[in-house]
Amino acid sequence: MINYTIRRILSAIPTLLVVAVVIFFLIRCVPGSPALTMLGDEATVEEIAAMEEEMGLDQPVVVQFVKWIGNILKGDFGTSIYYEKPVLEVIFSRMQPTVILVIYAMIIGIVIGVSLGMLAAIYRNSWIDKVCMVLSTLGISLPGFWLGLNLVLLFAVTLGWFPSVGYVYIEEGGLLETLRYLTLPAVALGLQRSASLARITRSSMLEVLNEDYIRTARAKGLPTRRVICLHALKNSMNQILTQIGISIAHLLGGSIVIENIFTIPGLGRLAYDAITRRDYPLIQGQILYIAFIYVFINLIVDLLYKFFDPRIEFK
Amino acid sequence: MKKKRNWRKFFSKYNLVLIGGSMFLILVIVAILAPWISPYDPKAMEMTNALQPPSLAHLCGTDEFGRDVFSRILYGARISLTISLSVMAVVGVVGTVLGMLAGYYHLADTIIMRFMDGLMAFPTVILALVILTVLGSGIPNLVLALSIAQLPRMVRTVRTTVVSAKQLEHVETARAMGASDARIMFRYILPLCISPMIIRLTLIMALTVLNEASLTFLGVGLSPDIPSWGTILSEARVHIQTSGYLIVLPGFAIVWSVMSLNLLGDGLRDVLDPKLSKK
Repeated sequence: MINYTIRRILSAIPTLLVVAVVIFFLIRCVPGSPALTMLGDEATVEEIAAMEEEMGLDQPVVVQFVKWIGNILKGDFGTSIYYEKPVLEVIFSRMQPTVILVIYAMIIGIVIGVSLGMLAAIYRNSWIDKVCMVLSTLGISLPGFWLGLNLVLLFAVTLGWFPSVGYVYIEEGGLLETLRYLTLPAVALGLQRSASLARITRSSMLEVLNEDYIRTARAKGLPTRRVICLHALKNSMNQILTQIGISIAHLLGGSIVIENIFTIPGLGRLAYDAITRRDYPLIQGQILYIAFIYVFINLIVDLLYKFFDPRIEFK
Repeated sequence: MKKKRNWRKFFSKYNLVLIGGSMFLILVIVAILAPWISPYDPKAMEMTNALQPPSLAHLCGTDEFGRDVFSRILYGARISLTISLSVMAVVGVVGTVLGMLAGYYHLADTIIMRFMDGLMAFPTVILALVILTVLGSGIPNLVLALSIAQLPRMVRTVRTTVVSAKQLEHVETARAMGASDARIMFRYILPLCISPMIIRLTLIMALTVLNEASLTFLGVGLSPDIPSWGTILSEARVHIQTSGYLIVLPGFAIVWSVMSLNLLGDGLRDVLDPKLSKK
């Protein structure tokens, strides 16, 4: 298993390298110099040239790339042009809202999605199954931002139960207040995730429910609830887990649109601002960070497979 | 009596395809007929008539510039369909070629799939956002950005099919008879990829409609005077406190269109690929 883990980590390096190359050269294609963005439109040609030299932009692109990668390996992601702070520091300062939002949304998504999927599988082909599947098809077709706007319209504007926008840091208002601000965005994201989870849960449960050991468990006289929750659910966990992993990875990258609607100062908002402000070091750093999270979570998911299905051998 | 039962059987086998297909057909008809069926010019401003609630004259009300929202939604179908169909075409062609190469040649597999893994690690909207920053806005650029973002899914689907098709007897026979690689790929393997490709492309189209709406909602990709569903929603959002009704219908249009494609995709999977379909 340790061998496997090491090999998996090594195999992630090319993926991260591809991401680094793509984003680095893509950013270099953006018209206009970052120096100009930094200095503003009134800068003279000499000022721009001096700034470019200071930023290392006068060197060949390949040299810039090698330097950038070298610095990253030393833990230096560069300095944000807009915030004038190290990129990693900026990213970490924006993590709190996104991390809490993701956990909150995933709890909602998993509870609703997995239970709907289980219900549909247990009562297969009945009206319960049909209702669950119609709901989940509707769910995957809903744009998250539209769901968010409707929630604002209903629960914030009309009923006034939740704030419509904004965020309160835990240090300022306590966890409950933070959660109150994050409830509507978390529901919007969570409901969307629950739809795909329900489908995966249903199909993998149906596969498992046909297996011999389920029949054995039933024949032993175990109560249905125990058969479903212990035997069937645990063994259909691998596919569900993959789906959860992908969801978390993508949400942690920052849900740009939802954070924008609810003006949550998280990573999605940061990415959006960095791109519109042409803050190159920040864009590069953040995308590399997102790719890293994606690869890391995929690794964790793979390792968890073994826990749910001991038959799996890591070769 | 007998004929009636056959109809029922037909419907129960193809129900998802029929429902999704007709929903999609309605959308196509609306998009084509938009200039004739929309009651107003979607770009005509009438400031004295701004932010009117729904009425018989303006079925979905008017926006902040007094433009008729219903007409804008109808025209939005054109934008949405143009973009998603173009993305489907681009991803279909490029994805098939790359997927075939990756599935067929070992060296190409290593290079192409590494690259696709890298692209998969980008969140779709962020990748499209960066590409659009480089290219600037406009429909062709939006199509290109969304195509690049969706490409890895297509390449993976085609590659998987090619890898398993390569082992089949008729392919081995063709090789033994001295058929060229290109002939084997396009004559003997490609036909086997058609059903997974159709299913994947339908679902890619659904995702593209969603992504296009997200990007234009963020104000990226298209100039604000083009009536795309995302743009209409982002304009309506500003007035959510006073004119909440403005957000309802553009959203329905998006859900309608995405749902038709999802149903169609699911239905086609059940019909074309019984092994893949849910039991």
